[in-house]
Amino acid sequence: MWQRIYFLIYKEILAVWRDKKSRMVLILPPLAQLFVFSFAATLDVKNVTMGVLNRDHGKESFELVQRFKGAPAFTNIHYLPSVESITPYIDNQEGLMVLSIDEQFSRNLNAGKPATIQLIMDGRKSNTTQIVAGYANTIISQYNKDFAADAGAKQQQTVIVPRNWYNPNLLYYWFNVPSLSGILTLLVALIIIALSVSRERELGTFDQLLVSPLLPVEIMIGKTIPAIILAMLEGSIIILFAIIFFQIPFTGSIFLLYMNMFVFVTAVVGAGLFISALCNTQQQAILGTYMFMSPAVLLSGFATPIENMPHWLQMVTYLNPLRYYLIVAKGVFLKAMPFDIVWANTWPLAVIAVINLAGSTWFFRRRLD
Amino acid sequence: MWVAVLNKDHYRRISALIVKEFFQIIRDPSSILISVILPMVLMFLYGYGVSLDMDHIKIGLVMEDVSPDAQSFAKSLTDSRYFDVKIGRHRKEFDQDIVGGAVRGIVVIPAYFSQFRNRPGQIAPIQVIADGSEPNTANFVQNYVQGAWQNWLQQERISSNLKGLPLIQPNIRFWYNEELESRNFLIPGSLALIMTLIGTLLTALVVAREWERGTMEALMSTPVTIGEILIGKLIPYFILGLGSMFLCVVFAVFVYNVPLRGSLIILTLVSGCFLFAALGLGLLISTISKNQFVAAQAAIVAGFLPGFMLSGFIFEISSMPFPIRVLTYAIPARYFVTSLQTLFLVGNVWKLIIYSTLPILFIGGIFFFITAFKTVKRLD
Repeated sequence: MWQRIYFLIYKEILAVWRDKKSRMVLILPPLAQLFVFSFAATLDVKNVTMGVLNRDHGKESFELVQRFKGAPAFTNIHYLPSVESITPYIDNQEGLMVLSIDEQFSRNLNAGKPATIQLIMDGRKSNTTQIVAGYANTIISQYNKDFAADAGAKQQQTVIVPRNWYNPNLLYYWFNVPSLSGILTLLVALIIIALSVSRERELGTFDQLLVSPLLPVEIMIGKTIPAIILAMLEGSIIILFAIIFFQIPFTGSIFLLYMNMFVFVTAVVGAGLFISALCNTQQQAILGTYMFMSPAVLLSGFATPIENMPHWLQMVTYLNPLRYYLIVAKGVFLKAMPFDIVWANTWPLAVIAVINLAGSTWFFRRRLD
Repeated sequence: MWVAVLNKDHYRRISALIVKEFFQIIRDPSSILISVILPMVLMFLYGYGVSLDMDHIKIGLVMEDVSPDAQSFAKSLTDSRYFDVKIGRHRKEFDQDIVGGAVRGIVVIPAYFSQFRNRPGQIAPIQVIADGSEPNTANFVQNYVQGAWQNWLQQERISSNLKGLPLIQPNIRFWYNEELESRNFLIPGSLALIMTLIGTLLTALVVAREWERGTMEALMSTPVTIGEILIGKLIPYFILGLGSMFLCVVFAVFVYNVPLRGSLIILTLVSGCFLFAALGLGLLISTISKNQFVAAQAAIVAGFLPGFMLSGFIFEISSMPFPIRVLTYAIPARYFVTSLQTLFLVGNVWKLIIYSTLPILFIGGIFFFITAFKTVKRLD
């Protein structure tokens, strides 16, 4: 039995590897994606372009504008000529924010009265502009503090000391690259398994396999193992790049990461097998894979945090293999995640894997009868 | 040449090809799946699953000090709608939580907080520790705690009649999305992804299948020209794409209550231009790969993923490093996302819409040019 499975595995790996185009598709795009997306997929806010409308002529408003100019986040500052120019400036997305200072500004400040300034943000990008508003607030409150100190007012006696653990400078790619190791591995695992079955179906060679002495279980094992091997290779390459090229600290145990990755890949391959059990043609298998992949990525906590979803949808994410792997990958890389937390994110994957594999074997059997 | 003026024969042959293509679409359930069900599923996911609105960030609050001062600051956090606060007495209590992701940050009020605060010359620190393994959430934790702290200071000053109210009061307005609903810009942006999916993935698969099965060769042995074959493929999928576009717009406006402030006609025109480019990319991919496996991978890599990551739909383009910012100019979805968000939330901003539609047409034109160049009518 093992010899037959071995030959089937050998044949599967050759089938993927021998075709030059499929080989390219498995190696180059994931690496290209790793490089482009690890830098591109960032919710950081840098290089902000803003407009300033300053109708005040005092030195106080000049000082405030200078502080914005000096802040590293605001790289481009445009001066707007009039109130009327604010709307087209924002509408045409020439800048994310407009700071508008009225004529009374210096006079009010020097009279000890509150001076209002307007900050107009582009709501089409409200996540970004909320962070920009945070930057602006920090600049303004620092200005207030300094102004009050100059005027001899009583100082505030508390201070916020911000610290970011595990990623002190909040580098976005420290979050991205470990996450992408999961997403790209998922992609490769799904495509390999779904297509290896459906292509044989479409070409009719699957029937030949069925009439061979191989048992259905042996066929299943022979199809599953190559996909697991190739997907784990893909994952390993990305992890190597993460450590060597991106220099992301690897604080946890490589053994725990691989334990989780193995179970994760098995669960994904199980899902891919399920999809191909339901499909007759390659096109259906590709679309089915896609139908599984997009919710898996969107509901994994990669693009947006799971906590932001409505409660019932958060429950649904417990069915998503990627969710568990992302927690472990980030945890093992950055947080030196201990065994008990890794385990808490591994056994649900094992349950998912067993259900998927058993379910798809059952489906294949039923199709044979 | 296929650019020659169309005569009656062309029309007859093209319409025959279109009819054939339509029958194929209707008979194959997977085309319906991708053009009707998939957009609905994606709209659903983007509507509920993708949200950047941080309302209930879980944080731990370590109260080493329980003086009235510390209590009053703690209240400003527990009252905030942005936080779900779990209170502890010692930092150790949250070690496990922050590694496992059960809390996203820890705020520490040190034991000497109220002593320091009331002693001249001393400053009482409040430590805010955010979980940097999710940088965006960490940013929001820091920003929101800072905000809560500033409010608290102001309250304290008012209640103790201290001099030195903050003199400059920023009045922050978020135009076109006052309620800061991330759905309002994510849903219009997601339309670009759905269009890419239909235009690029479906077209690439369909044409690659013809090559793989050899029916493309069969078509070529007939009197139809390459141009006619391409047009015959494009028109049905163009119509299918626009159809699912309308479905999505209806969904966005009536189910998610996203405002549509621009004109529907312009929205249709802009979407038509985008579909032209997306179909062009699909055709190009299938012509080069001639194989469904490779075509599917290439469509996802060249169409869908850049549409997701490089279009500015979730991730802000101006924050990307320079080489990648340059790369985004070659992605049609980048321009389309801008048009969509503007048409939905702002209205008909002519200058912006025209400037972000011309590049789409240009890129689409290049795709078609290369496709026509590559599809020489011969059997090799």
